[in-house]
Amino acid sequence: MTESVVPSNGQSANGAVNHQTLKAEARGLSFFYGEKAALREVNLPVYAYRATALIGPSGCGKSTLLRCFNRMHDLYPNHRYAGEIRLYPENINLLAPETDPIAARMRIGMVFQKPNPFPKSVFENIAYGLRLRGLRDKNEIRERVERALQDAALWDEVKDRLGDSAYALSGGQQQRLCIARALATEPELLLFDEPTSALDPLATASIEALIGRLKSQVTSLIVTHNLQQAGRVAEFTAFMYLGELVEFGPTEVVFNAPSQKRTEDYLAGRFG
Amino acid sequence: MTDQSQLALRIRRAKQLERGFLLLAWLLLTSLAAVFVGLFAGLFQAGWERLQLDFFLTFASRHAARAGILAAWVGTFVVMTVTAAVAVPLGIAAGIYLEEYARPNRLTTLIEINIVNLAGVPSIVYGLLALGLFARLLGFGASVLTAGLTLGLLILPIVIVATREAIRTVPNAIREASYAVGATRWQTVWGQVLPAALPGTLTGVILGLSRAIGETAPIVTIGAVTFIAFLPPAPLSADFPFLSFDWVWSPFTALPIVTFDWTSRPNADFRANAAAAALTLTALTAVMNGVAAWLRYRLRRRQQWQ
Repeated sequence: MTESVVPSNGQSANGAVNHQTLKAEARGLSFFYGEKAALREVNLPVYAYRATALIGPSGCGKSTLLRCFNRMHDLYPNHRYAGEIRLYPENINLLAPETDPIAARMRIGMVFQKPNPFPKSVFENIAYGLRLRGLRDKNEIRERVERALQDAALWDEVKDRLGDSAYALSGGQQQRLCIARALATEPELLLFDEPTSALDPLATASIEALIGRLKSQVTSLIVTHNLQQAGRVAEFTAFMYLGELVEFGPTEVVFNAPSQKRTEDYLAGRFG
Repeated sequence: MTDQSQLALRIRRAKQLERGFLLLAWLLLTSLAAVFVGLFAGLFQAGWERLQLDFFLTFASRHAARAGILAAWVGTFVVMTVTAAVAVPLGIAAGIYLEEYARPNRLTTLIEINIVNLAGVPSIVYGLLALGLFARLLGFGASVLTAGLTLGLLILPIVIVATREAIRTVPNAIREASYAVGATRWQTVWGQVLPAALPGTLTGVILGLSRAIGETAPIVTIGAVTFIAFLPPAPLSADFPFLSFDWVWSPFTALPIVTFDWTSRPNADFRANAAAAALTLTALTAVMNGVAAWLRYRLRRRQQWQ
């Protein structure tokens, strides 16, 4: 709530991260479904133009945390946020009552676990977000749809079938379409909720390569079940357990020399 | 060994039971179909001679052979137009409100229970309400408007329920996707949920209209005339603004009304007319249901979400 707070450099767990600029940061974030706390006092820095992975066993709150960033919980009754999520460079609190969740979602894109294209054409799937932003010029919309599809490495596969239903695409193509849909709106932060868990290994590889390439344009926050995936795509990794953020640091540090016993046990497959 | 043979016996019994059930179901369905075929054949036999072009293009007459259903089918058509204009926007709006906006509280529950109950209210009750409210109190008389409003109210629950069911089949993932790109609730409903729910909604609308088209009791109650020798004024006029709504005030008759009237006459020739009018009405209903099925098929092919 206090606008004057200087952005901290996140978790003190690892000194190596100090030179990075922050895109967003959860501070003392708790989240409640009814009376039940799903997140407790989470502090998480999200560094600009980097990918940050959220790992942890099922039910640890990683998806819940992700969905706080674009206020998705607001769609459902009986939720409560406490603490704040800062968005930089403006240093606004995304969870403040005066922050409009729709304005936040205009800047923060999301890709879901299961590909969820709209039941419309490939073209309309992407144009929708642009029209919501007031774009009316047909040529401009067409250009931006093409650019988004190219950025999502889908253009060559769909350029002759832009009018076809999005459901005619394969699962991997649908997920890249969903990424293109998010990219078209030029988000500053892109949230991925287990983006490859419904896909086969080949489609997974292409999505991972895509996330890697996107780092020049966008900051990514990725929930993943797949530890190897975190290792492949993310510079930073946060390990969560029972609604708490146990450990945060550069991915290779968290994976190779975790400071917490629970992180080590999880990575070694002793639970999860 | 005995265990094995007992088991075999059990399986055989279970299969016999299944065969018995299938036989019963088949018999019931066949007899239902036979009843319908019989009715239709009877109508056809009685009325097919009257199904000439003239029959559709002439007004009622005291001479059975010269009587036609021009006023009736035009009346049915204009009344249905008003019915649709009332029930479609109101029904869809109510369905959207209840599914997408209403918070689950006592008021919402009360509204929901009322809608379900309204669907079960006998149509004559709607007729009495309309007679008191539209025809007398509001002074609309026995007009196309009164009939259209009455039938619109009658099918409103059907449209609401169909809209709600259709909206409920739209996966939440699609709503979330829409919100995630920055849509408001209204933009999500209008841009994604409603188009995705369109097949089911349209089916409900058409089924509602095909129910309304055959309703007799409420429009008899409000005082639809049986004998009429003119058409409602045309909706298009030569002068600015070229559209005229005078037709909603016009007295009218409708297909079920003339059918009812002709059936109750002692002269056997009129019964042929009644059969022909009933066939027309049945054909109209069948066409509407066919269109509903076709629309559902066409629109659903485009959206196979898993």
